[in-house]
Amino acid sequence: MPNFANPTAFLSLVGRLLPYLWAATAAFFALGLWLALFVAPPDYQQGETARIMYLHVPAAWMAMFIYAVMAIAALGTLVWRHPLADAAQKAAAPLGAGFTFICLTTGSLWGKPMWGTYWVWDARLTSVLVLFILYLGLIALWRAIDDFGRAARAAAILTLVGSVNIPIIKFSVDWWNTLHQPASVFRLGGPTIAPSLLWPLLVMALAFTLLFFALQLMAIRNEILRRRVARLVAAAARGANDFAAGLDLVPGARRA
Amino acid sequence: MTETPHIGFVVAAYALAGATLIGMIAAVFADYRAQLRALRRLEGARAGPLAP
Repeated sequence: MPNFANPTAFLSLVGRLLPYLWAATAAFFALGLWLALFVAPPDYQQGETARIMYLHVPAAWMAMFIYAVMAIAALGTLVWRHPLADAAQKAAAPLGAGFTFICLTTGSLWGKPMWGTYWVWDARLTSVLVLFILYLGLIALWRAIDDFGRAARAAAILTLVGSVNIPIIKFSVDWWNTLHQPASVFRLGGPTIAPSLLWPLLVMALAFTLLFFALQLMAIRNEILRRRVARLVAAAARGANDFAAGLDLVPGARRA
Repeated sequence: MTETPHIGFVVAAYALAGATLIGMIAAVFADYRAQLRALRRLEGARAGPLAP
């Protein structure tokens, strides 16, 4: 079996997987959008506005799922010291921020006609906003520290500390009296929404998930390439320093 | 879809989500191209002008 901890083996796997992933993503998006916009009936209370849910709910699931992926990658960095764990963690943060942004904005656009307001400081909305800020903080942290190893450890610790927010988001509608409705799909008694509304939601969720995996694999590949570039730049700088030392151009410069 | 008073919110939500997803995809592809360009330039420089 190939060793996928080896970046070269991983790059080869990504090259083989990506065409299938992109094809499946496009197919499920086409099917999901057709079901969401043309097949699913309008909700008896919300009317056509319920169609926003086919974006909002999968984006919310992805926002939490990606954070869970990052938390596992953070454990991979700190505990198992997997060579690709920090790359996976760094690659996932902007994607998580993007899906959380979609969740917040589509929820806001649904809230105005249904609740009469774009925003309320409700436990569910506020905890998702905290998640969005966490993603932005992690992106900023990666950019603030030049050394990959130090940045990875700092980001892993922040990710694990922030993971306490995920159960808060999930159970906020049960623990507190919120304007946001309680869970209607992933609940103990089974889904409470009609199959004609549920299927488009599940297909869109699958399309979002496939898109995330395609982008995540590409972003990890970008990270591996970025590190190769950094190594080559460092080697070139060392070579220039040695050359200058050889010619006595730089006082105090020594051969490595 | 039938005409409703709130259709503008539905269209805005789909447009905003579409723009965000396209932006994410474009950013990842642009980063890939930038890294490949940098890698080729550096590997070319390391091999030197007389390299085969």
